[in-house]
Amino acid sequence: MSIKTANQAALDRLVQAQPVLVDCLTAEQAMGFTGRTMLHAGPPLSWERACPTMQAALLCATRYEGWATDDTTALDLIRSGEVRLGTCHHLGAVGPMTGIITPSMPVFVVENRAAGNRAHVTINEGLGKVLRFGANDESVVERLRWLHREAGPVLGAAIRASGSIDLRVLMAQALRMGDEMHQRNVAASCLLARTLMVHLARLPADSQAVARVADFMAANDQFFLNIAMAAGKASTEPCVGIPDSTMVVTMARNGTDFGIRVAGLGDRWFTAPVEVPQGFYFPGFGPEDANPDIGDSAIVETMGLGGFAMAASPAVARFVGAGGMQEAIRATEEMAEICLGEHPHFRIPILDERGTPVGIDVRKVVETGITPLINTGIAGKKPGVGQIGAGVARAPIACFEQALEALAARRGPTHG
Amino acid sequence: MMAGIAALFCQEIRVINLGLEVFAQELQRLGVPVIHVAWSPPAGGDPRKAALLAALADEEEE
Repeated sequence: MSIKTANQAALDRLVQAQPVLVDCLTAEQAMGFTGRTMLHAGPPLSWERACPTMQAALLCATRYEGWATDDTTALDLIRSGEVRLGTCHHLGAVGPMTGIITPSMPVFVVENRAAGNRAHVTINEGLGKVLRFGANDESVVERLRWLHREAGPVLGAAIRASGSIDLRVLMAQALRMGDEMHQRNVAASCLLARTLMVHLARLPADSQAVARVADFMAANDQFFLNIAMAAGKASTEPCVGIPDSTMVVTMARNGTDFGIRVAGLGDRWFTAPVEVPQGFYFPGFGPEDANPDIGDSAIVETMGLGGFAMAASPAVARFVGAGGMQEAIRATEEMAEICLGEHPHFRIPILDERGTPVGIDVRKVVETGITPLINTGIAGKKPGVGQIGAGVARAPIACFEQALEALAARRGPTHG
Repeated sequence: MMAGIAALFCQEIRVINLGLEVFAQELQRLGVPVIHVAWSPPAGGDPRKAALLAALADEEEE
């Protein structure tokens, strides 16, 4: 197959994906993974190389599952391999920031109706002391248990009662309402709440339980982020393994490494040290407090949203320090230089209805030196501090240079 | 050759500038019509990466 044909096939699969929200179940039920295994964000990572934020989250999750009652025991279990670490992306899942998923955690189930595959993601925990930022105390564990005991089952029942929720339509609408679905999910979260409201109200569950879940959703502007990520995972996954395609299908960070995967190169990761995002810090914090970039949320950019849709979200452009409207437009135009096409469903009114740039081409990144722009929250490097700012991060070009070498090697001299 | 160049500068000059924008800016300052094309050598001029890119270029479909 020619590279051009392969890339067109990959791009078609990506933009014609039909992600729909179909359920919320425990990871064990939905993904079939059992035993003492914890998944984390980004490319594969050993305990020794994990940043303190990731390590704190892994210890906390071990206690949440009841595998250990204290951090010392939890550490022993992880170091001895009795509790295993895995990568969300390898099991059809994604996770924000530290991205921890354990078997009993509830996960949203997103089905790609165009290809028949499914993707999974945890429920966004909200702000404050949360596992995804490496907080590790009893309040974190208690919230996780409430998500398992009450929020997950209630949300699952409401989603099932709805039949399913078309996420492509919802995200296309939210894009027109100023979301880029990474740093801003206000509109998408509202649209989801509006869709679920009637089904929540009709549940036979305890009305106070429903009220607690509704309150939890309403208090979190980023509630939809995780679901957007699962939509991205469900949309990109069918592109993995298209021979000869140079299109990027995964961008993810684990707080130590930034990794990409490429459609024509299967499950192989190409990694480089991750950078600290540039942006605005909340009062009292500065770059010296920042954790290096972390999380699977760059899957949002991989499907043509987030930083790639900056022009649709001027409020975010200012929030992440990218300036005003003109800078936002320039950011989207710059990303168009490294993409294979425009998204036919995600359109930006201010750009005369042009689609968002989508389908990052490894070749174009190396050729131009323009690296993908990722809108992201900035985590504190001290575990548990939480979000200390927001900004933009660039994918390291070394990932793309390695992938280019691998693509050329796979293609072989006869094609050169 | 030199006469041709001399003749060139005796007529109205219209310029397409490739690469370094500072040349275009200076001509603009002098009132010379100029179109600037943002261009840089592929992969920053790295010959090995340029060769890899050439090997992976889109082929013309038959």
